[in-house]
Amino acid sequence: MATDLAHRGPHAGRGIDWPPDQLQSGIDTDGSPASSLAGPLARGLGWFSLGLGLAELLAPRSVAKMIGVPPTTGTLAVTQLMGVRELVHGLGILSSDRPAPWVWTRVAGDALDLGLLSRNLDRAGANRTRVAGAMLAVAGTTLGDLYDSTQLPRTAPAAMNVPMRVATSITINRSADDLYRYWRDLENLPDVMTHLKSVEDLGAGISRWTVRAPLGSSGTWDAEIVEDAPGVVVAWESLPGSDIPNSGEVRFKPAPGDRGTELHVLLHYEAPAGPIGAAVLKLFGDDPVQQVKDDIRRFKQVMETGQVVRSDGAAHGMDARSQPKQRPARPHSN
Amino acid sequence: MKANCWQGRNHVEVENVPDPRIMNARDAVVKITSTAICGSDLHLYDGFMPTMQHGDILGHEFMGEVVDIGPGVDNLKIGDRVVVPFPIACGNCNACERELFSLCENSNPNAGIAEKLLGHPTAGIFGYSHMTGGFAGGQAEYARVPFADVGPIKIENDLPDESVLFLSDIFPTGWMGAEMCDIQQGDVVAVWGAGPVGQFAIASAFLMGAERVIAIDRFDYRLRMARERNGAETLNYEHVDIPEALKELTGGRGPDSCIDCVGMEAHCAHTVPHLYDRAKQAARLETDRGHALREAIMSCRNGGTVSIVGVYGGTMDKFPVGSLMNRSIQIRTGQCHVQRYLKPLLQRIEDGDIDPSFVISHYMSLDDAPLGYETFKHKQDDCMKVVLKP
Repeated sequence: MATDLAHRGPHAGRGIDWPPDQLQSGIDTDGSPASSLAGPLARGLGWFSLGLGLAELLAPRSVAKMIGVPPTTGTLAVTQLMGVRELVHGLGILSSDRPAPWVWTRVAGDALDLGLLSRNLDRAGANRTRVAGAMLAVAGTTLGDLYDSTQLPRTAPAAMNVPMRVATSITINRSADDLYRYWRDLENLPDVMTHLKSVEDLGAGISRWTVRAPLGSSGTWDAEIVEDAPGVVVAWESLPGSDIPNSGEVRFKPAPGDRGTELHVLLHYEAPAGPIGAAVLKLFGDDPVQQVKDDIRRFKQVMETGQVVRSDGAAHGMDARSQPKQRPARPHSN
Repeated sequence: MKANCWQGRNHVEVENVPDPRIMNARDAVVKITSTAICGSDLHLYDGFMPTMQHGDILGHEFMGEVVDIGPGVDNLKIGDRVVVPFPIACGNCNACERELFSLCENSNPNAGIAEKLLGHPTAGIFGYSHMTGGFAGGQAEYARVPFADVGPIKIENDLPDESVLFLSDIFPTGWMGAEMCDIQQGDVVAVWGAGPVGQFAIASAFLMGAERVIAIDRFDYRLRMARERNGAETLNYEHVDIPEALKELTGGRGPDSCIDCVGMEAHCAHTVPHLYDRAKQAARLETDRGHALREAIMSCRNGGTVSIVGVYGGTMDKFPVGSLMNRSIQIRTGQCHVQRYLKPLLQRIEDGDIDPSFVISHYMSLDDAPLGYETFKHKQDDCMKVVLKP
């Protein structure tokens, strides 16, 4: 098990230049894209296309004015046409699992824009300064497009069947002993960890964990507590032969200045190939870190306020998996 | 019950929806007697706030009568008359213990969304998008109030609704805007935006000892209220250059404090910078149009304070950080920690220091909420504040 910030004493950080391998919040796999910036940049470019496209389509006159092109019937029509083109780029990038080819269409579009703009440089009625400014802006965007299209992976991400490691932390306004007591009673955990259906204490440090799986099925494994220090740590590992090999630990550490307790969570799990593996991946969703963060936020809510806070939009409370499919913020009859 | 629901940009509809019910032990349900449309609701109406959903009930300024309480609420009883603060706060977390109620660490079930957009999550807010929790709002006949043992303040006097309703948001917001300026006797304070929050910021600044308050807006009726009701001097930014005028009015020094009561949809008298911000905002390259804030920073005296209570959502361009840094300007800001101000400001109202009802220009029935939004948005009929009666 990797070293973790939480393994250190309360003041062990003083004077340390933290090396990256000891700052581990987040998730580790080896399935990351070529550049971690490429994906978000593509989405940004997609939204940019949508915004610009709408502006060109709906307000061609303002756009023409802004880029210094005289607003004749012809130029306005071309501007609107370019708007439609931008919308196609934007929708393509944002709706595709593999945005790379769509970003390449933006590069082609940029070339077209530059060509059209350059024709306006010496046109009667054109504002040369603005046209030149617009060309400079397009050229800048082209660089972004080129960078992104070369960095994006060309194929859809492969299914992950590698060991996953998720680490995150939260500060809770209760004593380490209170937090430990709740957590040590593993049967409490399904109240805060949404992917768990039940945990049954079989005695002698052995427990049976049942997870929710798609279509009402479930997966089960037995786990053993491997480390247990009151007010400090609880750690567990699945027993050999489990369908879903996994382990986890929570460490409790007094926050500086007597401001509650830091909770550091570290989970390891392996998602084997096949239907069970797919189910496990689905459990943790597209964003396992977010899922675990929301779980410990629920834990914080329970420890600090005595309840998991619900809203009409988020009827089950904090839950990353249901966030994309929130209901409208209004009372619902069921 | 009837409720005013968001149905897309520039579109709200009063619809029939199920009645709210207790979902958590510390909830109450309030039968609403008065509810208002806030300037920040217009950011939702105009479609500039991310994470809205069709059908969301709007509204975060409301009061009424407790009609149901959960088993965890021991300080309220059915029949109590309460004003409900717009931020939802648990009272138990570290932020609440430090009275930073709009930063409650537990009241936002969609903290993950807020964290992605803002870096760290903020509290739940009634009727204000899913990033602030997906809570149904108070422009309705009834509302569910989470953490009812912490938020609502009981009104035990016979003051009319309109005198206490604005304790829910705009009076404390304007007050906090002035309080963050740490006003000293003799200070000159400039306030951008003479809407309801601006009016309360002006009145509060005077109550805190400001010698002069200068209000900036472009609507004559708002400037007139600032002058005639609240004693401010006024500047119309469509007619004068604000930084220059403020220099002239302060012997070249600039105001000691500048309060931004405008927020993310600022207008600018000059076409080019305004179009620049409009275009970037439309293309989602910036979410916030920053003209008022930029001007407030540039105008503030050396070593002065800029206080921001106008609402911003994301990022802004051309932020004059050089002016801020080199001139030792302090920025203070935040969504109002309303719970902190309920008791002292109710006392001020009871003592007759201020009657917040002066901002109300329109009463309408809840059914007319769509008309209320249009009237308020387009500043028709000298609209200052719309109160809806369910």
